[in-house]
Amino acid sequence: MENWRKHPLVFWAFSLPPSFWLVFFFLVPLTLVWGYSFSEKRGIIGTELTFTLDNYLRALEPIYLEILWKSLGMAAAATAICLVVGYPVAFAIAFASERLKPWLLLLVILPFWINILIRTYALIAVFRTRGYANFAYEDLWNAANWVLNTVGLGQLQLIGERFEPMALLYNNAAVVAGIVYAFFPFMVLPLYANIEKLDRSFMEASLDLGAGHWRTFFSVVFPLTWHGALSGIVIVFIPALGAFFIPELLGGTDSQMIGNVIERQFKSANDWPFGAALSFLLMYATFFALALRALVAGRKGGGALDA
Amino acid sequence: MRRHHPGRLLMEALSRRRFMTGAAAVGVSFAALPKGVLAAEEPKLNFYNWDTYIGETTLADFKEATGIEVSMSLFADNAELFARFKEGNPGFDVIVPTNDYAERMIKAGILEELDHSKIPNMKNLAPAFQDAAFDPGRKHTMPYMWGTMGLGYRKSKVDGVPGSWKAVLESDKYKGRIALLSEGRTMLGMAAKYLGYSLNTGKAEEIKAAEELLIKQKPNIKVFAQDNGQDLLLSGEVDITVEWNGDILQVMAEDDDLSYVVPQEGSLLWQDTLCIPKGAPHPDNAHKFINYILDAKAGAAIADFIQYATPNAAARKLLGPDYNNNPAIFPTDETIARCEPQTYQGEAVQRLYEEAWTRVQAA
Repeated sequence: MENWRKHPLVFWAFSLPPSFWLVFFFLVPLTLVWGYSFSEKRGIIGTELTFTLDNYLRALEPIYLEILWKSLGMAAAATAICLVVGYPVAFAIAFASERLKPWLLLLVILPFWINILIRTYALIAVFRTRGYANFAYEDLWNAANWVLNTVGLGQLQLIGERFEPMALLYNNAAVVAGIVYAFFPFMVLPLYANIEKLDRSFMEASLDLGAGHWRTFFSVVFPLTWHGALSGIVIVFIPALGAFFIPELLGGTDSQMIGNVIERQFKSANDWPFGAALSFLLMYATFFALALRALVAGRKGGGALDA
Repeated sequence: MRRHHPGRLLMEALSRRRFMTGAAAVGVSFAALPKGVLAAEEPKLNFYNWDTYIGETTLADFKEATGIEVSMSLFADNAELFARFKEGNPGFDVIVPTNDYAERMIKAGILEELDHSKIPNMKNLAPAFQDAAFDPGRKHTMPYMWGTMGLGYRKSKVDGVPGSWKAVLESDKYKGRIALLSEGRTMLGMAAKYLGYSLNTGKAEEIKAAEELLIKQKPNIKVFAQDNGQDLLLSGEVDITVEWNGDILQVMAEDDDLSYVVPQEGSLLWQDTLCIPKGAPHPDNAHKFINYILDAKAGAAIADFIQYATPNAAARKLLGPDYNNNPAIFPTDETIARCEPQTYQGEAVQRLYEEAWTRVQAA
């Protein structure tokens, strides 16, 4: 650990680019936005740093808190689905044969190669009234109807008189589905990394000693891999909370999330200070969540945060 | 926001002619640059335009006529355009804001004054467009295209002609089959218009009434569309939608069952403008380009291709009755009399609209 003291030049040469990056592309822009959150609008395009708290007070009005609360709910639902679906997927990959494993991982990572906005548009083509999901459903309905007619139950109209497409798009469920679709890999990858590291003999021991599969999962596997779950939850929940184009494209008339309100402040509302205050409100909440995570993790496992 | 959302191209078959426009534009911007320039300005121009909003060969023709290479970038809506110029010109020579945003940009001091002596083709403009209330004397803007907002609908699914805003704003007749536009200022303005107020009202109680009307109507509305109401209409997702006339016209060309109407209470009249932002790297070329677009032949080619109403009287003379007598492109004088342009009412009023819209969406 003392090596860098012996070669200070090498150390500085290596640490300069990342430090530069951190300062100019992270700290400086973030500080600017933070400054905006304490500024006031002047005229049409101007802002002045007056250290006002008005933007935060406005952000704490009930209407915005309600929207925030709703966004938290949607993000939490999406994260929960990612977790419940992600565990078995991560398990399957970790326990797959060495030959199959890279291919399965590739399948999880592959969607990243296509822009998320484009994938969201693709979801519209799947979910809309005359979309692929409804086409498939219609085929199934027709087949079922044919069977019923063939066996002479056609008159009872057990599955309705005619095919009615499902309303899959333009509601909150579509938004949650869109978020799950977008961020699912962020849940699977840290889970996979943790399950992969898991010593299989623990599970064998548990099973040998008479515990069932459920018991083994909840008493052995989960406690040993839940750091991965925690990392997954954090990196899915945070971007999900700030989602804006997913609710915009897939949502209905009451799917507005806090990200949409923030986006409007920077665009049509032309109120950057207020938009900045709303953004930082989210940021503070995120810091709070991360601090909580560190605290919980520290208490449980001596502070080791492995993702 | 009356052109296509960028994702539209992805949603629709790529073989459409509008995709070819994009491909042509890309081709133009990648073409080799002429060597050995004698002019004071390098023969380049950065044009910031809406998607599918220029003639098929306009940029290539302009290059042939002047040697100036046009590189076109696209923006999706006025708010995006405005946000990009807030902190200074990112390097564009000609931009195309809509009248209310042009007004906002003039007041913010973002636009350069035009040198009318370099735009002799201004004489081609119809008398009504020689001047503008939002830009007295046309000091900063030249008109590009104009049109209305109204209702696009599917004839076989809608009872007669939906001649009133009531059909989408205060009725459950088309419950679950209505799309409104997800643009707060404009949509609340339409609701105000329906209630008998001006669509530019700055009175808090009138904006409140418009807000309440929309909130009451929400259960009947399927979606606040991101300026893709025409796609929703075409794909059968909704049967009636609030949209800009040009968007509906484009899908009407593909589906005979679709139509467009400006409701009797009146509506919004818009005008897109050609402007030179301050700090433009090639102001001289920008004047040449604006002058070229106002040329009769060039203007006719653009209007013929994009099917929007041109303010260019000389260009109209070159086009046939299919274009000139189309009521969806050129509303009657009587319709125009019922409409009003959306104007910029200042930041305080803008905020009233934005907050009202947030409440409508949250309700």
